[in-house]
Amino acid sequence: MKTTSRPAATASNSSTPLPGAKDLTTVQVSERWREVWRGLTHNPRVMVGLCIMTFFLLVAIFGPFFLQRDPNALSSDALLPPSARHWFGTTQTGQDIFVQLIYGTQTSMLWGLLTGALITILSLVIGLVAGYCGGVVDEILSLLMNIFLVMPSVPLAIVLATYIPYKGPVTVALVITLTSWAWGARLLRAQTLSLRKRDFVEAARASGETTFRIIFYEILPNEIALVAAGFVGSVLFVILAEAGLEFLGLGNITIVSWGSMFYWAQNNDALMLGAWWWFLPPGLSITVLGTALALLNYAIDEIADPRLRRVRIPKRR
Amino acid sequence: MRQLLRRISFYLVALWASVTLNFLIPRLIPGNPAQALIARFQGDVDPQSMHALEILFGISHESLWTQYWQYLGNLLHGDLGLSITFYPTSVSQVIAEDLPWTLGLVGLSVVISAALGTLLGIIAAWRRGSMLDTLVPPLLTCLHAIPYFWLALLLLYLLGFILNWFPVSGGYDSASLTPGPTLDFLTSVVSHGTLPALTIVLSSMAGWMLRMRNTMMTTLSEDYVLMAEAKGLPQRRVMLRYAARNAILPNVTGFALSLGFVVAGALFTEVVFSYPGIGFALLQGIQNSDYALVQGLFLIIAVAVLIANFFADVLYTVLDPRTR
Repeated sequence: MKTTSRPAATASNSSTPLPGAKDLTTVQVSERWREVWRGLTHNPRVMVGLCIMTFFLLVAIFGPFFLQRDPNALSSDALLPPSARHWFGTTQTGQDIFVQLIYGTQTSMLWGLLTGALITILSLVIGLVAGYCGGVVDEILSLLMNIFLVMPSVPLAIVLATYIPYKGPVTVALVITLTSWAWGARLLRAQTLSLRKRDFVEAARASGETTFRIIFYEILPNEIALVAAGFVGSVLFVILAEAGLEFLGLGNITIVSWGSMFYWAQNNDALMLGAWWWFLPPGLSITVLGTALALLNYAIDEIADPRLRRVRIPKRR
Repeated sequence: MRQLLRRISFYLVALWASVTLNFLIPRLIPGNPAQALIARFQGDVDPQSMHALEILFGISHESLWTQYWQYLGNLLHGDLGLSITFYPTSVSQVIAEDLPWTLGLVGLSVVISAALGTLLGIIAAWRRGSMLDTLVPPLLTCLHAIPYFWLALLLLYLLGFILNWFPVSGGYDSASLTPGPTLDFLTSVVSHGTLPALTIVLSSMAGWMLRMRNTMMTTLSEDYVLMAEAKGLPQRRVMLRYAARNAILPNVTGFALSLGFVVAGALFTEVVFSYPGIGFALLQGIQNSDYALVQGLFLIIAVAVLIANFFADVLYTVLDPRTR
């Protein structure tokens, strides 16, 4: 709470030179954050989303630490259904699916969050620079954005990943970032366009602040809701896209992740062998986590746009 | 008209960008694996095809500029190189065979899912706070978070493998039927296509519905809706002719932009069902390091999505008098 409200406060007091204005804006800002906080905690959808996210984060951070087992370890218990010994059953080569799932959660969460952050940063820089600078810079960046918007990003990522000789999470993360930054950038550009003529930006410009400072210290804090929604949306997209690329065998299939679990299940005909326990756990994990992210995203939308808020309206006839 | 010309020139630039990107990818990535591959084929392939492959993969002693023109020239002649997977079939032939399957499957599923989703969105916004509005959006959100290929696997396992209601792979019963305009063939195509189509419809419906619900919320608070209600017009008329009609416009753009994702999802669906379309060919291309095929397929997907986007844009211009 404290750390997030700080940039907004410094931004407003640097652009308002009036004495005593600082206290006023600080009060307003903290009032606003209290409202946001209330919106977060009183919304059941947010609470569900946050709880699920926390659960997955805890599993990803501490799960492997408690298990201390090799997720790729082979055994003679081949293709067993779930039992007390193997909670989620085993694969054709006797690997324990529960252990794989815990380690897979770590890999997929880590790379999902990292890639999501990378996409957010890239779209943020491009969107803000295009929106603020205008002119030729905006024309070029907008054209680039629009081209990447209409180009099918997943197939492009697939082509790139096929060509890159090094197969691994870094490659997957990079190709997804390169192909899917345009969505966030477009939204942020539009928002920046509407902000750049506001008084506080004019004031900052008049007081001789550098363009860099104006963009990232004055304008950016006012777009935090958009950035947050963009980040959550990106993580959701990335987790789906990563699983997809790895399912096709474009990742490093020896590193256990949700996607590589699918790859092995598919390539060993888990379905035709009736081994539902092999492909069910990673898919359920993605679905539950994805739902949580989507819920958070709608909640951020609702906080930013009160019209979407769920209110009890008297029933129509 | 001006608007239309602007859009046309934008799509031409986008087309040029995808073609150029396709040309640059093999040349910009260091340690291009296609080069090793082509060495293996030296002597097996006739010199002319060899030359075409060299241009495609950037193995040439000529300048980048000359290569680029050669590449564009080949492209204009429909020469996308030879497929290694389906050797000696050319990539263009593979595409010509597979494209109708994908177009049919994706086209039909997208229309169904857009119509159903939009209708649900209208009703959900109209009956805000009702059972439908409370239960369906979270359910669809959940469906939206399911990876296409996993939903495909689930449907395949439940409806195909366990219940045996539908065939589990292929586009038609290739063992006993030959493609042709016969009733047997058509029913076979429909029964094989049902599960893949169901996957795409279920996965993509949430997007339409939630977008429609949100824009509909905005139009419902407009004065003209209140006015229509005050005049005592029938509820259905207010809902469809006044609120929904105006809310549908932004969704046309949304439709165009989300099409790329639906197409990508359809590719994965095809992989699971071994459906004889572009997606399944793409998987085979990846598995066999068939770079010419992968590149050709990407190009055709990009062009298809660009064309669909263009039509959505034109439709938008036709529907919205303000843009004229």
